[in-house]
Amino acid sequence: MKVSFPHMGISYIGFKHLLEELGYEVIVPPNPTNKTLTYGVKYAPEFACMPFKILLGSYIEVLEKGAEILVSSGGIGPCRAGLYGLVHEKILKDLGYDFVMIILDPPFHNIRDFTRRVLALKQKGIRWNRFLYEVKNAWLKLKLLDKLEQTANEIRARELKKGQTTEVFSEALKMIDEARSRKEILMVQKEAIDILKSVPQDYTKQPLKVGIIGEIYVVLEPYVNFDIERFLGEMGVYVNRSIYLTDYVRYTVWDKKGEAHIKKAAEPYLKQMIRGHGIQSVGETVLYALNGYDGVIQLAPFTCIPEIVAKSIIGKVSKDLDIPVLTINIDEQTGQAGVQTRLEAFIDLLKQRKYLGEQEGKRKIV
Amino acid sequence: MPPKIGFPMTLTYFMHFPLWKIFFTELGFEFVTSQPTNKLILNNGIKEAVTDACIPIKLFHGHVMALKSKVDYIFIPRMVNIDKEKHITFCPKFLGLPDMIRASISNLPPILEISLDKKNKGKLFLYKACRLLGRQLGKPFNKVLKAYLKAVKFQKKFENFLVSKKITPIEAFDYLFKDKNRVNNTKYNRKQTDREINKATSLENNLNIAVVGYPYQIYDSYISADIINFLKKNNVRVWTMEMVPYSILKRYSNRLSKKLFWHFSNKVVWASYHYIDQPYIDGLIHVSAFGCGPDAMVGKLVELECKYRNFPFLNITVDEHTGDAGIKTRIEAFIDMLRYRRTA
Repeated sequence: MKVSFPHMGISYIGFKHLLEELGYEVIVPPNPTNKTLTYGVKYAPEFACMPFKILLGSYIEVLEKGAEILVSSGGIGPCRAGLYGLVHEKILKDLGYDFVMIILDPPFHNIRDFTRRVLALKQKGIRWNRFLYEVKNAWLKLKLLDKLEQTANEIRARELKKGQTTEVFSEALKMIDEARSRKEILMVQKEAIDILKSVPQDYTKQPLKVGIIGEIYVVLEPYVNFDIERFLGEMGVYVNRSIYLTDYVRYTVWDKKGEAHIKKAAEPYLKQMIRGHGIQSVGETVLYALNGYDGVIQLAPFTCIPEIVAKSIIGKVSKDLDIPVLTINIDEQTGQAGVQTRLEAFIDLLKQRKYLGEQEGKRKIV
Repeated sequence: MPPKIGFPMTLTYFMHFPLWKIFFTELGFEFVTSQPTNKLILNNGIKEAVTDACIPIKLFHGHVMALKSKVDYIFIPRMVNIDKEKHITFCPKFLGLPDMIRASISNLPPILEISLDKKNKGKLFLYKACRLLGRQLGKPFNKVLKAYLKAVKFQKKFENFLVSKKITPIEAFDYLFKDKNRVNNTKYNRKQTDREINKATSLENNLNIAVVGYPYQIYDSYISADIINFLKKNNVRVWTMEMVPYSILKRYSNRLSKKLFWHFSNKVVWASYHYIDQPYIDGLIHVSAFGCGPDAMVGKLVELECKYRNFPFLNITVDEHTGDAGIKTRIEAFIDMLRYRRTA
């Protein structure tokens, strides 16, 4: 059976591992390209958000390659993402593709449904303990990938030779991809971080600190956000991303109290949980401001409902806590040059602000 | 003079106006709504709201601006969950509405904000919300209880009225608040409904078109280019989702493998399925707003269903730049097509 899944940043390494070990032939979704987007835009509803269109496009690409099963995540709303599976399936069936779609909703919402879907995913001949072992391994890999990205962001801002971190990073990804058993993954874990840390750095540099908030898909997928982390990193800016895939899954599925501090920070501005990343975006902005960050960049797909609510509230947060916020709405029309010019201008502004702030500080001391 | 409570004439207005009107009037307040949407309200809304918000939210900002200087309180209920199913809620913009308004409009009078949240507050959520309102406004318990009971009764009457008489909420408001004698037997019963349907469908010349969409779009005559009245002028009997009793709508809830997450969207999808099934309906018009998140999903689902069933379907998207003429031409073409289809 040929199986495939949505492409989301580098997380494909973890999902590929899981499905391969479960005895499937995996068709790894190709990195999204303009072709993917064109397919998506052609068949998706006009106001569907960017992630919907990219996913639809990449489903078409993998179905063309012969995928028979599509595995995707669901949700319980009110963000639209929870309905993606349902609508995607209808659109693709309407186009004449023949496949099975398995949508995994958060398990505690409807346990019977979830078990049924997991059973559909487990092939005969694979024992339950093997199944759980591989799920755990895949989770370990995903966590490692997140850690790797975090480390890369720290190092990239201080690297001496531009672009070196990114090179080493892709080497490390290859190493992780090749690790199979638990033992190998644990070994590679140390090694991958170590080779990243061996990149020569300028330790005296005090880079600008910028936080990235927004909708998870746009933040995680470099094609959609024009590789913003790398772009900023190579400008010498330390980027702190607020969302990582494993954290997100953990907080939405079992560790609901894990982000209590974010919600608490958002409370003066937004009391109601609006799902998506609305409340997190507001809360994280407050936290970034309190932790002395120089600026915040909000990434949102055009027509994303929770982010629009967040955007209208963040304006006030920005004013109250004196932290510059740049919102970038991304849709299929957004051009790379436009976004990069805006980012450059924003970073210039932050630099100027920081410089002025330092001057002021010195004057006070004198 | 009693203190004034302002209620923006959009979003939940078309659904809950009778309830709040009676409740606040009984408590001894003056309950004022803003004007029906006009150019000024729209422009103010566009100015105050974030640029990528959908048009109903922009209008809501405009309506609040219009009320701002005229009232002592602005009433914004936070709609969270009013269905039996716990996970059916409202669009996130409804959930964050009071916070959005507070953050984007300055110099507001105090906002009366309550959550209608059945999920967390249980079956008596409406009573609890009303009690909280009463407490915020400093009214005695027995008075609040009395007002609540009367309001709920009236709201029930209003809802039954829509279903049994098959009229739009706007018409129902006219009946209920102006011409009280005509409201006698408003209880929903099957026979009477069938009679209404027969009466409407017996006219040979009349087309029967179902107009589905959120109440705050299709009944807002300014933003929807007055689609309901325009259809009526063209000898079309208009059917909307409020005219279908909930018990019938619910039968369609299992058509999709998963219920949608939003109260209004579910109703739109179910009502569309219902009307597609009815032999007397000639065509379906779906009115959606530019940039409406849920509608992207709803529209596609309805469109695909119509495609399978070979049912005439027209999708109209409205935004702040939509000209009347464009929409009207499209509707006329649709009507012509339906008439042609009938004779062919």
